[in-house]
Parts: sequence; structure tokens; C-alpha cells
Amino acid sequence: MPAVLTVRLFARYADLFGADRLEIPAEGIETVRDLLARIRALPGGAAVAATALVAVNLTQARGDAAVSPRDEVALLPPLAGG
Amino acid sequence: MPHLTRARLDLGDLLCEIAAPERGGVASFLGLVRDHHEGRGVQGIEYSAYEPMAESLCEAIVTEAQARWPVRVALRHRLGELVVGDTAVAVAVAGPHRDEAFAACRYVIEELKRRVPIWKRERYADGTEQWVDPTREARSERVEGRGSLR
Repeated sequence: MPAVLTVRLFARYADLFGADRLEIPAEGIETVRDLLARIRALPGGAAVAATALVAVNLTQARGDAAVSPRDEVALLPPLAGG
Repeated sequence: MPHLTRARLDLGDLLCEIAAPERGGVASFLGLVRDHHEGRGVQGIEYSAYEPMAESLCEAIVTEAQARWPVRVALRHRLGELVVGDTAVAVAVAGPHRDEAFAACRYVIEELKRRVPIWKRERYADGTEQWVDPTREARSERVEGRGSLR
């Protein structure tokens, strides 16, 4: 079975994709930047900012951070706490 | 205590957690649901979070404040459906004097807003709903600012 990256979705992005997670084939995805480009190419994905926040294992990750199917990955809309 | 809760927030509970005889300066901040936003009437707000990350960041912010100032901090953010006037976030800080208490309290609320993955969907008086995006508001404020200079 090909490896899959599971990306948790929240708030605006969960509404956008109508789901609380995306299952994305991991082939060709090495970094957060690669992952964002793949997500933005999905139907409706253009509404995700190119600079959207991504968390890897509960920590905000930079574009050049590595991601693999073993990581807990989350796509975070603009924060609005308080 | 977890920092995220679906229960009603009570500042008194937070003050009890941080009180001590040597801490004579206490500062607090409460963020309440307000009845308007960008000119629209607001009836309520639904708060949600990426809970494990939000919990861990709240704990990190409290630890940072307690390392930087000689204070004890209590921080709580509410999740779920809130109505106008409900307390969404509460920060209480106790230290030996007011300067540290005010500074740490300000630090905690500002870092929470900047770093913690919490989101809010506003329900408006006209029945519509919208996710709040502070980055979009900051951009539109800048655009308006430029316009006024012309």
C-alpha cells in the first residue's frame, strides 16, 4: 500500500474540504512546502494561503521542515484565540 | 488544571490557584464576547481548538512568564458555544508587586493570541456565521490607513 500523509483540518479549512482530515499520497512530498503545494492543488485548495500555518507533531513548522507519514500533521487557519 | 475548558470561567477560581501570602500584587485580564464586530451585530461565538497543541502552548506560555518574572500565572480559555458577555479567556497573575503582575499578564494574553491554535466562528444577528480571520482584518486596516494619507 502506498504511504499516505494524514493532515488534520480545523475551523475554516475543515469547512473548505468538508472533512476533518485529508489523506494525501506521500510520494514526492518531503517538506511542509511540498505538502502545502499539493493541498493547494486539490479542488477548493486554492483558498488555502500559500503561507498557511502547518504544525508537525504539535509544533509550528517552517516551509523547509521535513514531513513523513509517521508525523502528526495539521493545517491551521489564521489563529483567532482570545 | 487543563487550560482549555468547556465550563464557565470564574476569575475567583483562578485567583485562588495563585494566591500566596508573599504575592501582594495581582493583575487579571478577562476577554468577553462582545456584541459587535466590524460593524455587524454579534449574537455569539463558537470557539474550537487543536486541543493537544493548544494545551501544550498554553502551558509553555505560562512557564515562560513564570521564568521571566517572579509570578504565578493561571490561564484558562473556553471552548464551545458562547453568548455575548460570556468570558472567553481569563488570565490571572500574582507576584510580589504590581509591575511584574501587569507585565506578565500582558505577556500571557498577547502570546496566547499570537501562538495558540484556537479559532472562533461568529454568529451574527442576521443569522449568518463567519470564521474570524485577524490577518485579513490587519490587511484591510492597513489598506484603509494608506487611503487616508492620499
